[in-house]
This record gives sequence, structure tokens and C-alpha cells, in this order.
Amino acid sequence: MSAVRDDPRPLLSVNNIEVIYDHVILVLKGVSLRVPAGGIVALLGANGAGKSTTLKAISGLLRTERGDVTKGTIEWEGQPIHRKDPAEVVTRGIVQVMEGRHVFEHLTVEENLLTGGYTRKNGHAAKQDLALVYRYFPRLAERRLVRAGYVSGGEQQMVAIGRALMARPRLMLLDEPSMGLAPMLVHEIFEIVSRMNREAGVAVLLAEQNATMALRFAQYGYVMENGRIVLDGDARTIGENEDIKEFYLGLSGVGQRKSYRDVKHYRRRKRWLS
Amino acid sequence: MTELLYGIAIAPFKDMVGSPAFFAEVLIGGVFAGLMYSLVALGFVLIFKASGVFNFAQGVMVLFAALTLVGLLERGVPVVGALLGTTAVMVALAWVIERVVLRPLVNQEHIILFMATIGLTFFLEGFGEMVWGANVKKLDIGIPDRSFIVTGVQINQLEMFAALTAAVLVAVLGVFFQRTRVGRALRAVADDHEAALSIGIPLKTIWLIVWSVAGIVAIVAGIMWGAKSGVQFSLSLVALKALPVLILGGFTSVPGAVVGGLIIGVGEKVGEVYWGPLVGGAIENWFAYVLALAFLLVRPQGLFGEKIIERV
Repeated sequence: MSAVRDDPRPLLSVNNIEVIYDHVILVLKGVSLRVPAGGIVALLGANGAGKSTTLKAISGLLRTERGDVTKGTIEWEGQPIHRKDPAEVVTRGIVQVMEGRHVFEHLTVEENLLTGGYTRKNGHAAKQDLALVYRYFPRLAERRLVRAGYVSGGEQQMVAIGRALMARPRLMLLDEPSMGLAPMLVHEIFEIVSRMNREAGVAVLLAEQNATMALRFAQYGYVMENGRIVLDGDARTIGENEDIKEFYLGLSGVGQRKSYRDVKHYRRRKRWLS
Repeated sequence: MTELLYGIAIAPFKDMVGSPAFFAEVLIGGVFAGLMYSLVALGFVLIFKASGVFNFAQGVMVLFAALTLVGLLERGVPVVGALLGTTAVMVALAWVIERVVLRPLVNQEHIILFMATIGLTFFLEGFGEMVWGANVKKLDIGIPDRSFIVTGVQINQLEMFAALTAAVLVAVLGVFFQRTRVGRALRAVADDHEAALSIGIPLKTIWLIVWSVAGIVAIVAGIMWGAKSGVQFSLSLVALKALPVLILGGFTSVPGAVVGGLIIGVGEKVGEVYWGPLVGGAIENWFAYVLALAFLLVRPQGLFGEKIIERV
């Protein structure tokens, strides 16, 4: 089961990092995780568990928010990257798709995608990649000349993912791609991400609250709470874990959705570490 | 009463039709003044577009560029060398500003960056005075301030040159912003700093580029103003006239800066000459601001400004 955790040569390994915001607020307390080349790894947990902070620590975006990795290391193919600029991290092959989409609203869909190829020196290859992105997201091809601020939420999420793909990453950090989207669209987007993973070999570290969906596509999962990893294992094992079901999926027993009224209060308040 | 109405609504137009050559001269004077405002406004637009910062120091950058140029010329440096030297100084200035002012303030509120540029204004004014002295200086770039007459209308050579330069500058900037990789990145940064960072656009480089380009625009504006009215410290006040131009044209639009400048330049000149006597003159001093105020009420994003996109 712990094939991912014990992988001796992972693509990315986060080793026992501690993150402090504003020099005082401790948000991550010793997080370790690994992503194998070409794998999909889910990072689950409730709001405020530290999923986004973990992703930002990897991509280097943390420092613009006055956060800092104070202990531990982040290694990309054996090289430390936790002191690097975000631009440097992108050039090495890691791109983050931020929570809440963050498209460039005043640029057209196509211009958004093209900015994603900024770090690429070869303009011709970037053109080909544009065609590739349109193959993954045919909807975007239809709306390529519309300003990104005016397309729907689902399409914006596609723009954000497509834009990240344009940088030709080997690892994509996806932060809550399902946020605020209808279930059908979420499914569509996850399908495309997994196709991207299969065909282009892009590894994915997926931070999600929607555990059912995330575990369906991931091979391995980590569960976070209060800035710590509290549990990890194969996606299927985690998916079958009764406690996980109880807390994240709202399912129990035979898999039927049960009424919130039936959940006992003491169960609801249970924490992993208590 | 009827006399007043006649004075406002009929007499000025009769005058215009009565002597078209004079009217044309007034118009040309207005266009020239407008282009001058546009050149200053352009610098504002560039920086605002790419970093969302309203750079209060743009006016003083114009002054600083002109002072440097004159200073170099006075020391016997040939024109081309002086231009290159001034460009180098403005790029160096951009580099220092990025390091010392902008970098520590990434992701801060816009108002904080704005305050920082006010600080920069005072610093540059003092620094310029310290290095180059406070005297009014004559800037001579080799184009005579002479006029020739085309079909009865006086045209000033220097003004023509300024107009052409401005037109070329605007065209180049337009292409740069719309069509190039770096231009696209600049607009991306303006929209969302963090997202731009997340896809690997290096903010430092981008800011260095924008401030350098704004510095170069400042040189052009400084040359034109300096050649027309001498290099003096009141030059930095021109920046205040750029503000209504921006409100009219929109803070994010390069063509907007030009059109806004033209409307205000022509409007105030024509207003001054034909309507001025009715109110005892000095329309030129307030026309721009009143127009800007009206625009704020009716069309706050300006003529060409980007609409504020709101999702509901």
C-alpha cells in the first residue's frame, strides 16, 4: 500500500516542512508527501487544513503572501526547490493552478492560454501546444476570442488548467478545481485532467474537498487536518475507510447518503488527532 | 439676456466661420497642447496597465529626464550620446525603483504603492535639483521653433515634429501591448499579480521593463515640453493636467490617453479663445478638470477604459 510513500526516487518529495506566516502563525507542522512521476495524488482535507499552503510552498507562491518554509525541504527530482522563485519553479516543470481560477479577466481566452507559455523560449512549439490545449478543451476553441472575464465558471477553470498546461509542466498542482462548479462540469474537468495525465504524462497533485471525485481519479491519497498529514494510503483503501466516509463523503454503511440528523454529535466533532 | 445667449451660442461659431485660418491655428495649437498632455498621460497608462499602480512620480520623471538631457548637453556631450545617456539613466532609475520600492511591496494594497510613488516624487525632485541645479534651462534639440505657412495657416515645425513623434510612439506601444509576448505578459500582470507569478511570469523583469518604457516615454515628453517652454521645475506640474486626460481616456488605454489629451488640448484652447472673453478668460485653467468631473459622473471608466468585469 505504501508504494508511493516509500518510492526511493519520487518526482516530488516534500520532507517534513513547517510553514510560518508573518513570522508568527504556524500553519504547516511537519508535512511530508511524495508524488511519483506520472501519478495522480490527492490531498484531501477540510477548509483550512493546509492544503493550499502545501501547494503554495511547493510552487513558491507562498512568499508573496509573507509565508515561509522554516523547516524541512522540498525536493524536485532530488534537487531542493523551496528557496526558488515561482518563475524558476515553473521553468523546472511545476505549475500551480490556483484556487478560485484566477484567469486574466481582460485578456481573451486565447491570450490567457498564450501567457501560459511565457517561460517557453520556442514560440513555434507554443503554437502547437495551443492546438493541443484546444483538443483537450474543445469548448475553449469556440470561445477563444471572448474575454476570459465573461466566460462561465467551468470554462474559466478550463482556461486556468489549459493555461498551466501551456507551460509544459511535468507536475501540475491543482487547487480545488471543483470549487463552485456544477457536478457535471466537475466530472468533465476531472476526466480531462486524467486524460492529460495519461496522454501527456503530467503528474498531478490534487488538493480537493470533494473527496469522492478526487479518490476516483487518484492512485494515492493524503488526508490533512490542522496543518498535518493524518492519514495516507492507496486511493481505494482511503475511499473504503469508514471514518473518511463519515467525515468527507457523508456516506456510511452500504454507501447510502445518510441524513445529517442521524450523525451523532460526538462523531461529528471527532478529530483525527484527538 | 438675449445678448448673453447670442454670445454663448452664436457669436463664437460666427467667428470660427468668419476666419477659418485663425480657427485652424487655434485647433493646431490645441492639438499640440493635447499631444503634450498625452505624452505625459501615456507614461501613467503604461505603469497603471502593467502594475495597477498610479505612478504619481510620472510628472517628475519627465522633469528628471529633461534635466538629465540638458545637463549632458551642457557638458558638451553630442545629441545622440546625450539621448543614449539619458535613456541609460532612466533604465537605471527603473531598476532602482523596482529593487527599493516595488519589490518589498509586492501584493500590498494599491494605496500603499501609490503613497510610495508620492515619496518617489519628492525624492526625485530633490535629487534632480541637487545634481543639475534649479535654474530654468533652454533645451535645444536642433529643430528650430520656426513656423511656415500652408494655405494661410501658420504651422510650427517643432509642433509638427512633436506630433509625429507622439504618433509613432503610440503606434509602437499599441503593437507592443497587443501583439508581443512581453506585452501580453504585462497585461496579464496588471490583471492578476499572483496568477501571473503562478505561470512563471517573472514580476521583477516585467516591472523593470514597464518602468523603463515609462522612463523613455518621459524622455520624449521631457524633450517636447523642454524645447517648447524651457526645462524648469514647473514641468512636474504638467502631471496634474495628465490626470483629467486619464479620466477622460481611461486609465488602461493607450489610445485613450491620446484621444483624451487631444480632447482636452483642443477643448481648452478653443474654449479660451472663443468663450473666454465672456467669463473674463482663464478657461484653460479649469476646463480639463470640469470635463473630467463630468466624465466621472457619466462614464467613470473613461472613453476607452476597460470595463470593470463583475460576476454575479
